[in-house]
Order: sequence, then structure tokens, then C-alpha cells
Amino acid sequence: MIKVIENLQIGPMVWKMLVEVPRLVAKAKAGQFVILRVNDKGERIPMSIAGLDKDKGLLTIIYQVVGKTTALMTTVQPGEEISDCVGPLGLPSHVEKWGTACVVGGGIGIAPVYPIAQAYKEAGNKVITIVGARNKGLLFYEDEHKSVADDYYPCTDDGSYGHHGFVSDVLKKLLDDGEKIGMIMAIGPVPMMKVVANLTKDYNVPTWVSLNPLMIDGTGMCGGCRVSIGGETKFACVDGPDFDGHMVDFDLLTSRLGAYKNQERKAMKKLLEDPKCRLTKAVKEFKYPDEKA
Amino acid sequence: MIDKEKKTKAKKPKGPNKLKPKDRMKIPRQDMSAQDPKDRAHNFNEVPFGFTEEQALKEAARCLECPKEPCIKGCPVEIDIPEFIRLIISKDYAASARKIKETNSLPAVCGRVCPQEEQCEAVCITGKKGKPVAIGHLERFVADYERENNLVELPEIAPPTGRKVAIVGSGPAGLTVAGDLIKFGHSVTIFEALHKPGGVLVYGIPEFRLPKSIVQAECDFLADMGVEFQNSTVIGKMDTIDELFEMGYDAVFIGTGAGLPNFMGIPGENLIAIYSANEYLTRSNLMRAFDPDDYDTPIIRGKNIAVLGGGNTAMDAVRTGLRLGADNAYIVYRRSRIEMPARIEEVHHAEEEGIQFHLLCNPIRFIDDGKGWVKGMECLKMELGEPDASGRRRPVPIEGSNFTLDVDLVVVAIGNSSNPLIPQTTPGLDCNKWGNIIADDNSLLTSRKGVYAGGDIVTGGATVILAAGAGKKAARAMHKYLMEEVKK
Repeated sequence: MIKVIENLQIGPMVWKMLVEVPRLVAKAKAGQFVILRVNDKGERIPMSIAGLDKDKGLLTIIYQVVGKTTALMTTVQPGEEISDCVGPLGLPSHVEKWGTACVVGGGIGIAPVYPIAQAYKEAGNKVITIVGARNKGLLFYEDEHKSVADDYYPCTDDGSYGHHGFVSDVLKKLLDDGEKIGMIMAIGPVPMMKVVANLTKDYNVPTWVSLNPLMIDGTGMCGGCRVSIGGETKFACVDGPDFDGHMVDFDLLTSRLGAYKNQERKAMKKLLEDPKCRLTKAVKEFKYPDEKA
Repeated sequence: MIDKEKKTKAKKPKGPNKLKPKDRMKIPRQDMSAQDPKDRAHNFNEVPFGFTEEQALKEAARCLECPKEPCIKGCPVEIDIPEFIRLIISKDYAASARKIKETNSLPAVCGRVCPQEEQCEAVCITGKKGKPVAIGHLERFVADYERENNLVELPEIAPPTGRKVAIVGSGPAGLTVAGDLIKFGHSVTIFEALHKPGGVLVYGIPEFRLPKSIVQAECDFLADMGVEFQNSTVIGKMDTIDELFEMGYDAVFIGTGAGLPNFMGIPGENLIAIYSANEYLTRSNLMRAFDPDDYDTPIIRGKNIAVLGGGNTAMDAVRTGLRLGADNAYIVYRRSRIEMPARIEEVHHAEEEGIQFHLLCNPIRFIDDGKGWVKGMECLKMELGEPDASGRRRPVPIEGSNFTLDVDLVVVAIGNSSNPLIPQTTPGLDCNKWGNIIADDNSLLTSRKGVYAGGDIVTGGATVILAAGAGKKAARAMHKYLMEEVKK
């Protein structure tokens, strides 16, 4: 059992959870992930590492409510336990001194690019951080990112904060202005990673992305997380999760992520209708993007 | 009194079976009754019910107690089969189970999943002129009897030796090593990557063939003896083998099992609803996806499903698919029935349940429904050519024989390649060209001092009992190493 130290809502449908896993935290590096199970009958869900407090042995997970398991996560009170947290899994992000390195985080991806930005900084790079969300309320981790980034560019789709537009607009301008970037790491929704990778291909800037396919064991045994990289099948759990964005088949990833859409929705609906479930009012009002009234 | 009895026995090898050989031969081999195929095709309960006491006594009486006892040699862990059968005839079932446990830590498991027909029963003298003694069914009977009647007794455990052993993986190999080394008085910790111990016994073999409560009972038994289980711990990621030594372990056994699932390497293989057998079975077995009212893990339920492969895993997957609601469940195998590596019993069970076999048939591409899901499979018919390196006749495609099979779920069960997590992080650990760890046949010692390995990570995909057998040998060698070379 894993002790939860903190579980705070930090945005609409976005929570920050701190769990006590000292042995895991001692070994974990930026870019790796963990697999959680909330309760004994729950599914195993992969989560990016969004922060590591090596002194206190605490792991930060930033999660968005997207279905039953993440909804259940919001009900865990500090001091309570979740069933499992296994890791660190996957390969750490590649870090070296390029001169200038850039991280691009979109939506929930704003979180995992933070430890990577830290690692880039520690390796002696100038760090440019570009983060984006639909609106100001969905932007988080500003203090964290500002504490690391040499240049920090927030963006919102609706213009409620920072640049009015997409992260790719800011990146394009930087590249057009002649910024010499040695490495870009983009993490976020698949369409965002695809747009960034397509953009930087033209500029010939190495761009890596962290992929989030469905998986079970996370140790290479199940093959559920297979992704296509330059036409070759790879397992994201052991060969990734980071891959060269210019080689990734993003459409396949999007398609495979939808494999259980109907079953997931059914489970979520059942949970939302369950009078015994201690979901907060905010979570009970959960709607899928395509079913907004 | 006991000594006296032993002496008499030694002089006159006559057991409790008073029947003459001729009369023993007259008893027909007893069959376990089983769930009706029509019913069981829709539930996950165990298929055979196991012997009644009466059946077990009848079956035990068929043993001829032949002097050469070839069955013992036929067993990978050399169970004293004639003796455990004699104890059945004496109706001392718990003692019979304990006799088996002297050499096999997992009798309730092996009684169910061992290919006895290729091992002990294949060489049984009773079988020379009829059907062999149903050794596997008897093993299952006594193990179940002991467990269900709460007669399981903790074996004697030697005084603590002060030596610590780390076991990586809690499948049949690891559990066997743990059971043996704890008895010798060593401190034993098992590290398991998944959240439940049992390895392939839990994630791979379905409930209807091996109820998970039995595996749990075996693990609980080890825990009662003092084995420590650390689940959700991935060695090679959380700690390396070298770090285990730094943490104070004196020896390590690696039994991490099968690794990365193989795929066919044909177009369309990453479409939705094409699973590896590992994933499909893990979802259903470990994660209980067959019970969606109670468990959260989803699984795709096909109406027309194809399982590629001819081994036991393929049979497990196709029978699972049927139970998850398929109207048509096919085995697609590129060779003929004789070459199928699955146990005859499993193929037979599958056939009874209505599994359809497309033999001498090989898929060449998967067909997309336009939305990213598989909707069909283009196949070629095959014929058998000359034997290949494996000794089996090589399947050769028949040109122009292409046909399409309409399927909405495919499970690829064509084996695994090795898992790289430990070899990658353990300098000096030698592997062969397929990535399997190289270990000595007798001691299971690897190229690293104090590091032993056994089971599928060494042999590639094999059986539960071969893994257990490897664990047996490794435990013996590790005990010797710990006592002679590790100074405390």
C-alpha cells in the first residue's frame, strides 16, 4: 500500500497528488513513469513523473480526470493509501549539454516537462519553456517552471493569459527569429505533439516526444503499448516513453488510445450515478469534451 | 514401531495394495468428471472437477509397483510417485501430499498443468498394455484434499543460517527456489513486478484451468514459512542485481519468465483488437476483465476471434475468447495438428467446447475496418515440406490459396522473446544470441558469482514443471554456495 501525502485540485479537473515512495524516488529520473492502482479491483494506469522530492521521498503526479480511475483518485484523502505505485518504468529522458534546450508542455503535459526542464538546466543548458492550455484556469506549475526556465512562454487558446494561440506559434517564432535550439522535448495531447514535430521537421531541430499509450505491466510483457516509430513497432514501456517525434506515427497512437472508449464511458457513467461514491460536486459534473451541453 | 515397519518394508517390498498385478490391470483408468462443454464455454469455473475419493482409490490401485519405477525418472522433479500412490491406497492423503512436496513445492498446480502424458505417464509400465496410471489426476487429488481439509502442515524449518537470498520473479521457478531455501533456514525475499505473486500462474493460465485461489494458497503457504514477498517491485528498474548484493543479499535467483511477446511482423498488426496473448490473458486473468461488474480493467470482446499459434497459450487464449462471448473462435496454425505444441488434453477440451481449427493456414495481413479496428485477416493455405531445425516439417505456402477470414479480434500467441531489463542492467551477466540468460545445466549458476537463473528466462518458453525443476536444482546449488562460500 502506498501512502498519499497530498491530493489537491489545482485546476478544473486537474489534481496534484503526492505519494510517499522513497525507494522509487531515489531511483527515478526525469522522463520516466510509474503505474498506479487506486484500489484492489482497479485498473493499472501509467502516470508521468511530475516531480521528485529526493529528500522527503515524495513523488508528484499531476492528473486530469478523464474516466473512472482518475475520478476515484480524487476521492483519496491525504493520509489514506492507494494499492500500488510501481516504477520507475521506462527509460529516462536523454539529457546532455546542447547549449539551448526547449520544453513544450500542453495541457496535462505541462507537468512532466518540468522535471525534464530541471534536468536540462542541471546539464548546463539555457532552458526555454513553452506551456499551453485552453484557458488561464488550466495553466498550472507557473512558479515551478519560472524557477527553472531562462525564458518562459505561457499560451492560451482563448487569449486569457500569455500568448493568444498555440505553443507551436511561439516555437515557430523563436525558430524564425534564429534561436539555436539543440533539443526540443514536447509532451501533451497527441495533436499538439504531432503539430510540434511536424513544425520542427522543417527546421531540422531534434524533437522528442513522450508517448502515453495504454499499457498493463509496464515491463515489456504485454505489448499493449506498442507504437510505430519509423515504421518499426516499439514498446513504449521499455523502448520509450520518449521517441524521436519526427519518426512517430501519431495517428496510430491516437487510434489505439481510443480502444476502450465505450467501456471507459460506461464505467464512468456508472460511477457518476453511484450515490455511495464520495466524488466532489466538481467531479460529478464531469462531461466528455464531445458531450458538453 | 515405525522403525520396525520400515525394516519390514525394506525386506519385503510389499505395499498396502493387495491386488495381484493381473487384477490391477483390469481396473479401467478413471476419468475426472468435468463441466459440460456447453456450460463451461460460458463460464470461467474450472473445467474438470477432480477425482472423488473412490475414484482416487481405484486409480491408485492400478499402479503395478514395478521395480524399475520409470515414472520417477520421467518426472522433471523426480517425485517418488509409487510411494505417494501407496499412501493413497493407505488412505493417508495428507501424507501422500507431503511425500510429493518433498520434491515438488506446487503439487496442486502441477497436478493441473503438467504435461504428464509426455513425462511420468509416458513411461508408466501400466500404460504399456493399456492406459497409464493417471498420475497427474492423483497428484491433484491429494494436493486438493490436503488444502481443502486444512491438513497443510508447515514443514520443519532449519535454524536460521544468517544468509539472505533475493528471488526475482514469483512464477513457478521462483516459488520453488523460495520453498526450498526457506526450509534450509535462509532468509528469502521474492521480488515481483506485478501487484500479485504467481507470475504466469496468475497472469497467464486462465481461471478455468488453474483457479487463482490455488496459486494464492501456495503463495500464502510460503509466506507462512517466512518467505517475504515484495510485490510491485521491478528489479532492473527499482534496484539492480548489484544493488541487491549491496543491500545485503548473499545470492540472487533470476526467474523473470517469458519476456516481450512476439508478433508476426505483417501489415496491420497494430490495429485495435489485435492483442498479444500475454496482454489478452493478463487482462482477463490477473486483472479479471471477465468480471466487469466488479473489476475495472476493460477488454475487447470479439464475436469472431482468431488466435494465432498452436501452443498451450493459444488454447488458453481461444478458450478465454469463447467464454468472453465469441460466436466463432478459431485457432489459426500454420502447421498440422501433429506439430501442435499444445497438450492433447487442452486441444481436446478446446474441440469439445466448439473451437474451430484452421490448420495449415497462415495470416499474411490484417484488414482495417476504416476506423482503426481489425475486421479481417488475409490468410494463405500451407502444406508441409521438409523438416526444419526444430525437427518439425516446415510449412510452405500454397501459391494462390489466399482467402479472407472475417474476424473482429485477434490474439497473437506465437511465443515470447527475452526480457532485457535485467541483462541490460547487470554487467557481466552473459546471455545467448536470443537474449536468454546463460546458466549451467546442473547448478543454474550464471556467469556472475552468486547469481543463478532458471525457467523461461533461461530456456525460452517452456512449461511450469520445467521451471519448477530448474528452481529445484538452483536451490540445491545455492544452498551449497551459501553454506560453503558465504562466510557469516
